[in-house]
Amino acid sequence: MAVEALKCKECGAEYPLEALYVCDKCFGPLEVAYDLSALDAAETRRKIQAGPRSIWRYADFLPFDRRPRCALDAGTTPLVRADRLAAELGIREVWVKNDAANPTHSFKDRVVAVALAKARELGFDVVACASTGNLANAVAAHAAAAGLESYVFIPADLEEQKVLATGVYGTNLIAVDGNYDDVNRLCTELSHDRPWAFVNVNVRPYYAEGSKTLGYEIAEQLGFELPDRVVAPVASGSLFTKIARGFEEWLEVGLIEGAVPTFNGAQAEGCSPVAGAFAAGWDICKPVKPDTIAKSLAIGNPADGPYALELARRTGGAVDAVTDDEIRAGIALLARTTGIFTETAGGVTTATLRKLAERGDIGADERVVLVITGEGLKTLDAVRGSFEVTTVAPTVESFESRVAVAA
Amino acid sequence: MAITIKIPTQLRAVTAGEAETTIDDAATVGEVLDGLYERYDGLRERIAEDGDLRRFVNVYVGGEDIRFLDGLETVVEDGDEVTILPAVAGGG
Repeated sequence: MAVEALKCKECGAEYPLEALYVCDKCFGPLEVAYDLSALDAAETRRKIQAGPRSIWRYADFLPFDRRPRCALDAGTTPLVRADRLAAELGIREVWVKNDAANPTHSFKDRVVAVALAKARELGFDVVACASTGNLANAVAAHAAAAGLESYVFIPADLEEQKVLATGVYGTNLIAVDGNYDDVNRLCTELSHDRPWAFVNVNVRPYYAEGSKTLGYEIAEQLGFELPDRVVAPVASGSLFTKIARGFEEWLEVGLIEGAVPTFNGAQAEGCSPVAGAFAAGWDICKPVKPDTIAKSLAIGNPADGPYALELARRTGGAVDAVTDDEIRAGIALLARTTGIFTETAGGVTTATLRKLAERGDIGADERVVLVITGEGLKTLDAVRGSFEVTTVAPTVESFESRVAVAA
Repeated sequence: MAITIKIPTQLRAVTAGEAETTIDDAATVGEVLDGLYERYDGLRERIAEDGDLRRFVNVYVGGEDIRFLDGLETVVEDGDEVTILPAVAGGG
């Protein structure tokens, strides 16, 4: 395998493959570096296709010397051609990558599978995270499956469904009186003096690698081809940038041909530091205090914001923001046209796709992939009251008087 | 009374392992940092560049990010707690 070191994205300084995430010299983020030069495209493709039906089929591109033990797998979720959605939006070809079809119903199973495997390899007995909900579900579940103790930190106002779907796994669930950025700051401070693997703090470089597998899957499921455009949500910006990194690695190895697709980021107006910086032409994000129904994207101080901006600009894309009403409409649009019920984050992404289509940003011959990261059952409040139920007595007369008579 | 500064792991190599320190006579966050730069060799270039904080450094006063306050001009008083943290953590 090709994993080499941790490398600072800002200054290039290298570090050993340990529980490190910040460059001592410039405070830049560390990222896993690989030497892919020895990988032969044809042989790698055969290995992938003969591999397990999980993210581990891409083990050559993950940060391990040999395939690790993994108690709860993730990945190989459906890529669904969405012709009815495309027709409604007036665009040619849309595919929905439905990552709600993971063990805990969000893309977070990918990152947690990688982070936990690395945490165990590094000898940690306790795992933890700062979460907006989906990560909480995933860390609690994967820790339970692996028999590790876990501490999950969430903002106190999180959706009840996400709280219940975390506590059930037997984790130590800590509700913090503050927003996600407060939770994140607390976890960063706690990580300094505890021998715990905080998946999105001190082992974050490995965790982030899991998101690359979404890019690999999209390319593999399209027959080892790239789409023209990817529309994906932006919270910390890690998923958004790592999908692109996955494509770049496969281009380097020669598994796919062409250029990195156009990347469109999706945020909620009530928490849009990246969209705001994009519109203003800034290369860094000004933090905001989130106020949106899209709680899984409610990160006001996004760690990878500068890199998300850079990716959107470099590929001719954009980062847009949509209102809470547009988010609800986006959830309904996706459900009505594809049969996929997504959470608020997917509503943000679908609403952003609609916005791009209405603005005429999408070319007539484009193949677009819409990245749906989570499950609608986790944010039921977003659809409450959005439709009517007809109540009838259990008689034909009642049905006919209230609904429809027989022809 | 003085201003307390909490030092992250990544900077403890230049603070001889100290996780917390105090500064007596500073009126703003900028002056607190200047005091630290004077005290600890090698600190300035790690977290600052061209007179401003590097983009992956967060500084908080009493738990509030100084970018919601007045940045380096944010006023500090005796008893305040200033926290320096890496900005690269997190993700839903």
